[in-house]
Amino acid sequence: MVAKPGLDGHDRGAKVIARALRDAGMEVVYTGIRQTPEMIAEAALQEDVDVVGMSILSGAHMALFPRVTELLRENDMEDVLVLAGGIIPDEDVPALHEMGIQGVFGPGTPTDEIIRFIRENAA
Amino acid sequence: MFDQETLQDLKERQKEWKETTLQNTLARHRERSDEFMTTSSAPVERLYTPLDVADLDYSRDLGFPGEYPYTRGVHSTMHRGRLWTMRMFAGFGTAEETNARYKYLLDQGETGLSVAFDMPTLYGYDSDDPAALGEFGKCGVAVSSLADMEVLFDGIPVDEVTTSMTINSPAAVVWAMYIAMAEKRGIPMEALGGTLQNDILKEYIAQKEFIFPPHPSMRLVVDTFEFGSKHLPLWNTISISGYHIREAGSTAAQELAFTLADGLEYVRWGIARGLDVDDFAPRLSFFFNSHNDFFEEICKFRAARRIWAREMRETFGAKDPRGWLLRFHTQTAGSSLTAQQPENNVVRTAWQALAAVLGGTQSLHTNSMDEAMALPSEYAVKVALRTQQLIAHESGAANTVDPLAGSYFVEAQTNRLEQDAYDYFHKIEALGGVIPAIEKGFFQREIAEAAYRYQMEIDSRQRVIVGINEHLEEDPVHIPLLEMDPKGYERQVARLEQVRRERDSEKASVALEALQSAAEGTENTMPRILDCVRACATLGEIMGILRKVFGEYREAAIV
Repeated sequence: MVAKPGLDGHDRGAKVIARALRDAGMEVVYTGIRQTPEMIAEAALQEDVDVVGMSILSGAHMALFPRVTELLRENDMEDVLVLAGGIIPDEDVPALHEMGIQGVFGPGTPTDEIIRFIRENAA
Repeated sequence: MFDQETLQDLKERQKEWKETTLQNTLARHRERSDEFMTTSSAPVERLYTPLDVADLDYSRDLGFPGEYPYTRGVHSTMHRGRLWTMRMFAGFGTAEETNARYKYLLDQGETGLSVAFDMPTLYGYDSDDPAALGEFGKCGVAVSSLADMEVLFDGIPVDEVTTSMTINSPAAVVWAMYIAMAEKRGIPMEALGGTLQNDILKEYIAQKEFIFPPHPSMRLVVDTFEFGSKHLPLWNTISISGYHIREAGSTAAQELAFTLADGLEYVRWGIARGLDVDDFAPRLSFFFNSHNDFFEEICKFRAARRIWAREMRETFGAKDPRGWLLRFHTQTAGSSLTAQQPENNVVRTAWQALAAVLGGTQSLHTNSMDEAMALPSEYAVKVALRTQQLIAHESGAANTVDPLAGSYFVEAQTNRLEQDAYDYFHKIEALGGVIPAIEKGFFQREIAEAAYRYQMEIDSRQRVIVGINEHLEEDPVHIPLLEMDPKGYERQVARLEQVRRERDSEKASVALEALQSAAEGTENTMPRILDCVRACATLGEIMGILRKVFGEYREAAIV
């Protein structure tokens, strides 16, 4: 599942990734923009997803991502691979790893690097 | 420009050249690629000659600057008379922090202001709204009430400097705050100059900061046209924007076509309201991207002027030549910047800015080298502003008007982009117009397709991006990034609470109720919004009323 948390409308990257994953043979759900953490966790549960990828460019990631990982845990979905992409400063990456976001992909990441990461790490 | 005999002779000589000189070279050295293409994946030929512009008629297609069809520029002297406005888009954190940045930029020689608002402001939420979680001040400055607007422009002579405000769904409200701020300082609205982005159509198409459904949104836009044409003769009530369409991944031709199609749609709505096209058309302005492909960008600007002038004069019958002019602001391409080797972005931005100048821009923002990572630091933004000053004073590019006119390549590409735009106009018309095309996802699909193709070209190394797929560096480069006031949010909320506490709440309620009945009816909402702002109603309260009346729009997600 590719999700766009928060108010950020920059959806170019999310859509490119969703399509690249689909072209790589994965089944992809794209949530569309303006998703609250609750909406993302609920959709992940309903769709029974293996991977949640969140794209955010507004800088609100440190407020929104922990809420999503917390809700996933509450739904017993801690085995879901959680990834993040967008404008995320390097200094935030250790904290994101700590909250259970295993892959953080910044600007300029080739799509096949993300595909490879998912194949190697998804349950 | 060429007679038939000359062209025939040239055709024969070109054939001969291909069979001899060129063939000899290619036999020894193949070219670097089988195909060459622009940043927008449009084919580029090896050589352009008069044969590629055989039908060009100088007077009909180019003319003189300051005269129809304005291909060469909207003023007769262009940048010899006056340089473009150096207008850096800026905003972060609290109004205090952004005010300090504006003063810094003005001190460094910028000549116009441009406000970047944060996400909650763009969506019409007050800073302390639960929907604004984590977004305060991140993408721009937070403006929730007139009090914030007063702090934002404190000590800045708003009767001397022009201000551009990048705000769309809540454009009327934020404009009212600016007007009320000036009014409190004794500056009448008639004296205010500036630009309101106010381009809702491209929000549905690309930027996605829409709130209301298209029809009530368009009604608000026309309300501002009507109000502006009566009361703010120096204000550009809209900046019809291709920038965001391009940043979302479109090609240059799509940016050109969709932006102008939007522009023509606004004109239709204005006329449908009963406004005289000559009253509002002169205050329509435009905003384009300047991306990596130097020549294609210049041609895009030239084609845009020619198409707009023709459509306004021929299709809409505008009589005032000022309504034929496509005046535009340019921003260099944020999406072309790399987080890797950020210093390289200074160079990318420089040639993108040069293309805008050679393309005849009226105003320019140059991106900072650190923008693939954060909002610009003071150091990075200064280098970006200096880039414009270097082009203005040292490059020589501003010393003559439209210097690339007559280049076979430039004229052929200008014609090609114009043709591409008309092809899109016909497709949009066949879908029932701009709003039906939005509702059918046409633009969104076209842009997503182009964005994906571009990414695949990079991933397959068909397109080289230095630092991304060639000339990589192992060591991460660190440059100092902007740091914001950690207490900013608390200070913002404290001011907002003070506004709510100290205002005459009865007066605010009455103003909000009057706005609601105006919105439910057909009366122009602008005077009512202005009354709400004067009564210190907050952005969230005013937009809340409009949300209640107009409802909220949801788009179908298209990948």
